[in-house]
Order: sequence, then C-alpha cells, then structure tokens
Amino acid sequence: MEATKKEQLIVSVSPHVRSDETTSRIMWTVSIALMPAFLAGIWFFGLRGLFITTLCIFSCLASEQLYMKWVGRKSVVSDGSAALTGLLLGMNMPASLWSFSPFTVHIPVIASFVAIVITKQLFGGLGFNVFNPALIGRAFALISWPKAMTIWNEPAAAFLALDAKTTATPLGILKEEGAAKLIEVFGDKMNLYMHLLTGNRAGSIGETSAIAILIGGLFLLYKRYITWHIPVSFLATSAVIAWIFGGKGALFAGDPVLHLMSGGMMLGAWFMATDYVTAPSIRNGQILFGIGCGFLTMIIRLKGGYPEGVMFAILIMNCFAPLIDRGFRAKVFGGLKQEKAKESK
Amino acid sequence: MSVTNTINLKDQFLNGIVKENTIFKLALSLCPSIAVTNNLKNGVFMGLAVLFVQVMVNITISLIRKVIQPKVRLPIFMLVISGWVTVTSMLMAAFVPDVYAKVGLYIQLIVAFASILARAEMFASKNSFIPSMVDGLGMGVGFLFALTVISFFRELVGKGSLWGFPIVNTKPLLILVLPAGGFFAVGILMALFNWIDLRYMKKSAVSH
Repeated sequence: MEATKKEQLIVSVSPHVRSDETTSRIMWTVSIALMPAFLAGIWFFGLRGLFITTLCIFSCLASEQLYMKWVGRKSVVSDGSAALTGLLLGMNMPASLWSFSPFTVHIPVIASFVAIVITKQLFGGLGFNVFNPALIGRAFALISWPKAMTIWNEPAAAFLALDAKTTATPLGILKEEGAAKLIEVFGDKMNLYMHLLTGNRAGSIGETSAIAILIGGLFLLYKRYITWHIPVSFLATSAVIAWIFGGKGALFAGDPVLHLMSGGMMLGAWFMATDYVTAPSIRNGQILFGIGCGFLTMIIRLKGGYPEGVMFAILIMNCFAPLIDRGFRAKVFGGLKQEKAKESK
Repeated sequence: MSVTNTINLKDQFLNGIVKENTIFKLALSLCPSIAVTNNLKNGVFMGLAVLFVQVMVNITISLIRKVIQPKVRLPIFMLVISGWVTVTSMLMAAFVPDVYAKVGLYIQLIVAFASILARAEMFASKNSFIPSMVDGLGMGVGFLFALTVISFFRELVGKGSLWGFPIVNTKPLLILVLPAGGFFAVGILMALFNWIDLRYMKKSAVSH
C-alpha cells in the first residue's frame, strides 16, 4: 500500500531541497498564524467562541483517531492536520451554535466528522483530498441546518455572558437592504470600516477581524509557507469586480473595501484557498485559481441567493486545481526560454 | 442457446437482487435513484414502474425473439421498451396523478435505462418465456429494493417523515433531501450493501 502510494506522488519541478520541514511543523505554524484571528474571535464572541472551536478541534481529532482505528491503520493524529482542520472549521462557525435550546451543539460535531472522515479519509487521507475538509464540513452544516448556521451574535456583548443578542452580518444587511442601510447601522462610512478592520461585527468566530487575519497571513508569507499568488489574485479580482459591478444602478460605483473586509473573504483568501493539498502547486496556476475564486465569490455575493460566497467559490475551484496543474507548466530552473531554445537549434 | 435448460430459476431471480443489483452493484440508472428518491412514495412508485417495464419487456422480447432479424434487433428492442414505458406512464398518469406529476419525467426516461436494454439484449433475446420473466422480476425487484432503501433513508433522515407522514418534528439532516445529499446517500448505502455482501460471502466461503 505504501509503495503504490509513493508512486502516485505529484512532484514539482526540480531542484528539490532537503529541509527539516515536516507536515506537523507546517500544520503547527499555520495554527500559530491563525492565533491572532482566533483570539480576536474569542474577544468579540466570548466563551461561546472558545467552546465551539474547542469542540470542533476535539471532534476532528476523535474522528481521525476512530477512523484510523476502525480501518486498522497507524494513527496520524499527531501530525496536527486534524487539529488544524478543527481549528479552521470552528473559526468558520457562528458562536451562536453554543446553545442548548434549541439544541445545536451537535452541529460542530457532525461537521467535524464530515470534514475528517468523508472529505479527507475516504479520499485517501491527508494529501489526497480533493476538497478543503474544513470548508466541506461547513458547507454540509450550512446546507443541513440553514437556520442554526445563520444566527449571528452581536459581538462584544459581554465576554463571559452566555446569552447574546443576535443581529445580521454586514453582508446580510448589504444583500437584504443595501449599502445605504449598512452605513446607517454603523453610523458613518469610516466607522463601518473600523468595525470591519478590527472585527467588531457579526460573523463566524474567526472571520471577523481583518487586521488579525492579515497579521497571520503576512506571518505565513514571511515564513514562506504560502506565496502571494493566491491571496493577492483572489483579493484583487474580488476588489475589481466589487468596484465595477458592486454599485446599485451605475458601473464603477461599488465599494471594494467593504467587500474585501466583510464575510469570510480575508480568512478564505489567506488560509483556505492556500491549502497545499487542494490548490494548484504551480505559480501561474495559482494566480488563475485565485482569479477564479474571486470571480465566483463576487458572482455569488452580487447575484446569488446566499449573502456570502467565499466558501462555495473555493470549493468549486478546488475541483479545478488538478486540471490547472496539468494545464500550466512550471518554469524549469536554469532552463532556457522557449524562443531562445528554438534559436539555439 | 444450450444454457437455457440449465438455468436455475431461483438463482436467476436472486441474481438481479444481489449479485447484479442495478444500482448497488452495477451502478447503472443512478439518475432516477438520486432524482426521485427524496421521499419514499416517489421512490417506491418509480421502482414499481421499472419492475413492470422490465418484466413486460423481457416477456415480449423472449416471445418474439425468433422472428427478430439480428441486424435490426436494437431498434426493435427500443420500440418494445418505449411501447411499455408509454403504457406505464399512461397508467400512472391515470391512477396516481400526484406521484406522476413529480416523477413523470423520470418515468419517460426509463426508455433510456441501460439495465433494461442490457437484459433484453443479453438475456431475454436468448432465453424462453419463463426464465426471461423470472430474470425481469429479479432485476426489477432488485431495483425496487434499492430505490425503497434509498428513499426510506433519505426521507427519514432528511425530512423526519415517511410516506409524507411526519415521524419526528424536526428536519434532522436537511442535506439528504437535496440533490447533493442524494449522492451522499447512494454512496453510503452502496458501500453498506457491498460491505454486507462481502461479509456474507466470506462467511459462506468459510462454511463450505
């Protein structure tokens, strides 16, 4: 089994460097990069946010361990990938799920099971999954429990309080009542931007604070765990489309800043779309991947039924990742450019 | 043609249900098995329609098998199948109009079912009346069984009801009645069916 799997590995163009990077080290570094956003989420949504995320992490670890035991394979829980999936999944859930009447605490558990067992292990385990496990877990939950998954708590109500007022997300208001109403709710435009930047707005636990996610993303960029290609092309495409088509009535009247900082755009672009397994590995292809994600996100946000489209956009582009990897050829290190190669013949 | 006498009718009947189950084993006709199975009633009627068409087509083909020119056999099979499908869809439109309103399109699609044409070509055109009828019964009951199990599972878990009657008040797992959940349900039940089958085969191999 191991031998056949090794032969299936898709290897990028040489040269290859042997380093002390391991899967678990990458996973832990990404988890650390998520910490600012996670802490911001706990700051704004209180203990419920912490409980939901912890529940997701433990459910993911348990699902992985039980599945491995069931099929009789060596446990791989210690590589940290299941914990990272759980953390990402928890950060993509609304804090309001921590509620016992109506009982919705089972939702994170089932979503974790779907993410780990159905999305990852049934496709062959880490490295073989077609789709981002955390996003499939969330999509499954959103489609199965549309009501419970779209109850948003008002942020920063009280840190320790276990009951909170509910409200609509900025994107929800934008979809239902328009941009004018959104600015009215937050006072003025500057105030709205500040709320979006710091994360003081309704939304999933870990997606609200644009600045915290940006810090984590830049940290990953600095550590060279991700490259700029996917996030930049994703965000730039979304911004351009939001600017051109986002306005009511007229072209070039949209608000790109609002669209970039609301919903799951930041978290999706920096942490979800850049997943090694489900994104193309060739740089040019990654740019196309990012453009596709941005395009689909904005189509869903502006024309679709859901207020937010980042999740579905990334999942749809995940399908195309293998195709993109085939269509683009990586630049060979030290190789001649094609025209030059022809001339030299 | 010499195999005709040696066919064991019971085995032939079980063949369509277990060994060559259209959906769980051959993975054919998956379109209706996902499209109409979000409630038990539609699933059962769809299964019954296929059962009826399968049996009647097998009987007809086996009766006229000696006068069919081999070169034009496929068009003739198609004519026979579409004839019986038309009869079925008219019967359903007359007697169960509410079901027909929902699954009517898929009833028409039975014409293009690979499994029905395959049984006509591979079995009914080479065998006599009784074995062909039993074969059709087996394949049809296998299909009915699969559709019943899938739609039972999907309606119970997805809507919390059965045959339209509510069992629990909530909708436990809404995704299962949606198209995406159809793929999940068929995949999971297919795995379960094959798992049981494998275990059963292991056991019977040990006891022999």
